[in-house]
Amino acid sequence: MPHLTAVPGAPPPDDCLARNDWICGEYLSTRRHILVDAVVQHLQITLVAVAIALVIAVPLAVVARRWGWAAGPVLALTTVLYTIPSLAMFSLLLPAYGLSATLVVAGLVLYSLTLLVRNILAGLRAVPEETRQAARGMGYGPVRLLLTVELPLALPAAMAGLRIATVSAVSLVTVGAIVGYGGLGNLIYSGMNTYFKAQVLTASVLCVVIAIAADLLLLGAGRLLTPWTRASRG
Amino acid sequence: MKTLTDAWDWLTDSAHWAGDDGIWHRLTQHLVLTVVCLVISCLIALPVALVLGHLGKGGALAVNISNVGRAVPTFAVLVLLLLTPLGQYGEGPTVVALVLFAVPPLLTNAYVGMRGVDREVVRAARGMGMTGRQMLLRVEAPLALPMILTGVRIAAVQLVATATIAALAGGGGLGRIITAGFNLASTPQVVAGAVLVAVFALVVEGLFEIAERLAPAWARGRAGG
Repeated sequence: MPHLTAVPGAPPPDDCLARNDWICGEYLSTRRHILVDAVVQHLQITLVAVAIALVIAVPLAVVARRWGWAAGPVLALTTVLYTIPSLAMFSLLLPAYGLSATLVVAGLVLYSLTLLVRNILAGLRAVPEETRQAARGMGYGPVRLLLTVELPLALPAAMAGLRIATVSAVSLVTVGAIVGYGGLGNLIYSGMNTYFKAQVLTASVLCVVIAIAADLLLLGAGRLLTPWTRASRG
Repeated sequence: MKTLTDAWDWLTDSAHWAGDDGIWHRLTQHLVLTVVCLVISCLIALPVALVLGHLGKGGALAVNISNVGRAVPTFAVLVLLLLTPLGQYGEGPTVVALVLFAVPPLLTNAYVGMRGVDREVVRAARGMGMTGRQMLLRVEAPLALPMILTGVRIAAVQLVATATIAALAGGGGLGRIITAGFNLASTPQVVAGAVLVAVFALVVEGLFEIAERLAPAWARGRAGG
């Protein structure tokens, strides 16, 4: 793979691609569009999966909070799902989704769901009973209580869960390479088969950069959404 | 449903259980990898965490190392190690990668457990004339045991999952049944392998759950308080 540019008969070029170096500027400039495509696929799969998980997790957590008996089964199910290794999870979904990006998204939704439900539920449970009673005393109905008191107060815990879920999803997308939809994982997989060091290292570093960037972005968003947590600290 | 019965047929075919690519061999590999790496990881992480926790130093490192571990893809580390000179030594890259991913939860939980020990108790132990080593081994470590064991449990489950992904990078273990299934485009084999891996992981988690219930009250999860 690194020798694609070689002309028959001519002496092999002595650049970092030919030497198969770990760090190679030549790789970045010649394969930029491949890297951009992989990053875009990586981001798309992560975003779609986490967004779907969030939409499902909030009602599940609310139900588990409201009806105590539902909390046990919901938490047990999420623990079981989280224990199943990612490669096995993707494989179990193969009959349902085939070799598709949907399979990777579905697997990631199940993992993110687990982390989100646990954290949102913990946040809802941590709302002080006095606060709830005060709201009820002010004439708040159950829906208004949930939307304007309980969910906002559960937001810091929910954001913590969202950060963990997103960072984990970014890293797990790579395993999707087994079905050909692993974003940067595809480059790591093909780089492994062709012993292409620069490609493997570049894709790996980009994965970590995406994870850290997403984490910082969500940290900032969380601060903006919950100004009261900062006020109480300082 | 057809796939499920096909997967069941694959699993119950005795020919798939014997030989070097057979289920028994892969299961043994997976078990040995998990246990050996868990022991190595504990030997590395626990002494460091106990001493740091006792001294109250390096807290930021011990707590943040878990977050860093989450951001680094297991698969990337496995392939990177495979392409280093270490890749020539059979399961070498797999063992190193497994240990790397098992150390953070062990370190973080043990450290948090050590720091969570009631300061009054530690002061009382010092008042009784205990040396630092005695306090660490006889007072703090036993009281931190629930958290230490939680770390061991998380690490064990993590090891089972990482050992599965190792198959993508040519490592042994049950994951090889899945990757071989993908190479053969055999959905029944992929699903059968996935079921084996999932059951293996759930059994490991279940064993820890049972051990926790059978343990004396002071060593249990929510004791210590």
